[in-house]
Amino acid sequence: MIRLEKRPTPSRAWALSTPIIAVILTMIAGGLMFAALGKDPFEVIRVIFWDPLFSERFAAFSRPQLLVKAGPLILIAIGLSLGFRAGIWNIGAEGQYIIGALCGAAFGLSFYPSESPLIFPGMVIAGLLGGTLWAMIPALLKIKANTNEILVSLLLVYVAEAILASAATSWLRNPDGQGFPGSRNLSRHAGTENPIPLEGLDVLGGFFDLAHVGIFAAMAAVIAAYVLFQKHLLGYQIKLAGQAPRAAKFSGVSPALMVVLCLGVSGALAGVAGLFEVSGPAGQITIDFNVGYGFTAIIVAFLGRLHPVGILFAGLLMALTYIGGELAQLLLQVPGPAIQAFQGMLLFFLLALDVLSNYRVRFGRGGAA
Amino acid sequence: MTTPLLDIRGLTKAYPGVVANDDVSFAIAPGEVHALLGENGAGKSTMVKMIYGLVKPDSGTMALNGAPYTPSEPRAARNSGVAMVFQHFSLFEALTVAENIALGMENPPKPRDLSERISSVSKAYGLPLDPESLVGDLSAGERQRVEIIRCLLQDPKLLIMDEPTSVLTPQEVEILFHTLRKLSAEGTAILYISHKLEEIRTLCDEATILRLGKVVGECTPREVSAAQMAEMMVGKSLAVPARAATEPGAVLLSVNNLTLPAASPFGTSLKEVFLEVRAGEVLGIGGVAGNGQDELLAVISGERRAPAGSITFKDVDISTDNPNSRRNAGLLSAPEERLGHAAAPDMSLTENAVLTGQARKKLAKNGFISWTRARAFADDIIEKFDVRTPGNATAARALSGGNLQKFVIGREILQDPEVLIVNQPTWGVDASAAADIRQALLDLAEGGTGVIVISQDLDELLEISDRFCALNEGRLSDPRPARDLSMEEIGLMLGGAHGMEEAHI
Repeated sequence: MIRLEKRPTPSRAWALSTPIIAVILTMIAGGLMFAALGKDPFEVIRVIFWDPLFSERFAAFSRPQLLVKAGPLILIAIGLSLGFRAGIWNIGAEGQYIIGALCGAAFGLSFYPSESPLIFPGMVIAGLLGGTLWAMIPALLKIKANTNEILVSLLLVYVAEAILASAATSWLRNPDGQGFPGSRNLSRHAGTENPIPLEGLDVLGGFFDLAHVGIFAAMAAVIAAYVLFQKHLLGYQIKLAGQAPRAAKFSGVSPALMVVLCLGVSGALAGVAGLFEVSGPAGQITIDFNVGYGFTAIIVAFLGRLHPVGILFAGLLMALTYIGGELAQLLLQVPGPAIQAFQGMLLFFLLALDVLSNYRVRFGRGGAA
Repeated sequence: MTTPLLDIRGLTKAYPGVVANDDVSFAIAPGEVHALLGENGAGKSTMVKMIYGLVKPDSGTMALNGAPYTPSEPRAARNSGVAMVFQHFSLFEALTVAENIALGMENPPKPRDLSERISSVSKAYGLPLDPESLVGDLSAGERQRVEIIRCLLQDPKLLIMDEPTSVLTPQEVEILFHTLRKLSAEGTAILYISHKLEEIRTLCDEATILRLGKVVGECTPREVSAAQMAEMMVGKSLAVPARAATEPGAVLLSVNNLTLPAASPFGTSLKEVFLEVRAGEVLGIGGVAGNGQDELLAVISGERRAPAGSITFKDVDISTDNPNSRRNAGLLSAPEERLGHAAAPDMSLTENAVLTGQARKKLAKNGFISWTRARAFADDIIEKFDVRTPGNATAARALSGGNLQKFVIGREILQDPEVLIVNQPTWGVDASAAADIRQALLDLAEGGTGVIVISQDLDELLEISDRFCALNEGRLSDPRPARDLSMEEIGLMLGGAHGMEEAHI
């Protein structure tokens, strides 16, 4: 019989090595799946993990995409990690992402056709505020009416999608767009475009060629979160509230403040991630503007063990499997669902192995009574 | 000599870094009340866990009625006739007594039959209990009866009781002892774990004394004095806490007609509580668990806010202040539950030092924690209060109960409180550590601090308090000078046997 014994203190060695083991196990299990689909497993895995970064044919195109995809995931996941550490579950980052993008875009477009350099900073603030306000709905309902923030924040995603659809088709629709849904293009208009500081400089291996301001914001968020958790009283209180709510109350941490803070910060970061996307890679508000970054970021936050540096790597890995997955679909005709299953395996193995850092596996004879 | 009921030979159990039981041997005869005595960490719990099949011994043998006995799990132990009443009850508050008992049975009989059996067992052993009442409405003493009856329904040959009297009033203890004597007269052996020496002297036939995992003595408790047993248990003579008589100073903290509804359905509401603590005095608050102790501490610590005007500290109304501003003013507290309330189990001792020390010890500047200062504070507590731990990075849950309690109490005392309120400061703490903690509280009072000690250990309260009052169903009795009180009077202040007379047969 196999038994699990709780370790007195979590094992650091296991905590550090499980992600690597999980990736290896995913490659083995995924390889078997691809083989069963009649594809050469080694080739598929090479196309997913290696080619986007190092093949001569694809790296030039794929490398810059990596950060573009990873940026919003990391930015949102960092925000979510605050709440997840405190036991406050914001599942509605997707909604906050949409509202942030809408607020930022609406702000920017309201000054059209001005090209003032003050517009973009204003859009960033509008994005932050939009996401925050959207997240305050579950926060205040939780504090005042003791509702469940998981349900409220999740359901508000669908409200946000409805608002997005109305914006794209009516009140933010491009007046010069011949009636097609969708707003004016923000990324092709000076003043509202999301700048790409290193564009055309051909530095850092090409990874930063398309890195817009949001990518740097994500990096800054990683550092800020690291400092918050390691050094700041607030990070300590967040951790305390999540691990021992009664001890946190005893210590003087206000549960209501934690709810407002955690939902507020995650909403703000999701909102600004939306703004960076709509003014950059996406370019405009469309009906299907949101592509699930808000949900995938939940996975990224857990893959990274709610640790800022972990989230950074998890976001990059997730982005890599997306880019590599698309490449595998294109080149080897691997079906899309198989790629999703492959990503699911990664999460599964990581979380399953996570048990090992907190528990010790004992093999012993099981006695039946 | 007849074959012993349970014969334990050379039982050894080692955990990484510590030998919990080292070559322990003793025997229990049928019908014998056998005490297992020892400080916290002496290995009592590990010992009974092995007997009850929760832990497997590394070496050594056990024999039950002469046959080898190797329980692989509690169910096997129960089937062999070994039952155990744990210190912490495992009952569902929202279910009735009968439903709770049925949940613990392998093959529960029909509800009606079960209720009848519960009633008949409770009558036969003088344990008054209504099978249909909700556990949430029961006092701690009554809950314990549920656990005992649950065991008795299995007709055990050996009943293990882990610190059973810690939650009872003196009158309830009497009822319990009556039951246990009756069981023993019928041939049920009882393994009685306690560190209350007087109880053991009243109840037990034989005692095995453990220290650091080894048997250090056996005695017949009736024939030796409590002091002798204590000496064997601790390995040195215990100092009785001493203090110089001081005149109480000005009133520091006063609670004025505080009424506060319960925060949860099975919590206790505080009703018209008046309380005053003067500088330099120890106010003892007795009471059976669940009569408002947690609530009183929470409202004084600031964890729950009170209506304006009901709590005054140094002539300032602090009723609506948060815990940290109260700490800054000099009002500190230590709740009963160490893991999860007074300390965060998975956090290191350093992090736990920040838990309450942050405000008063200035462990954070502009919100940035100085881990250097926090570590120094943790090390200070560890050193001054003799906390046995590999270091300040150890997680709180890895410490034994007594060591963690020393840490928690030390953390508050080293912040120089003006008023300190503690709940159950020595609960589950070994005798010498308990004596240290009591001495530290007395020293604190001598230095001019007003100390409130909430405890269920009446001997402790009588030993250290200047004035004594009792909490009963959320009401606080008028304080009385502690030195003139008899146990009988205290029992009545605590609400007697909570309206439960011993059932007459």
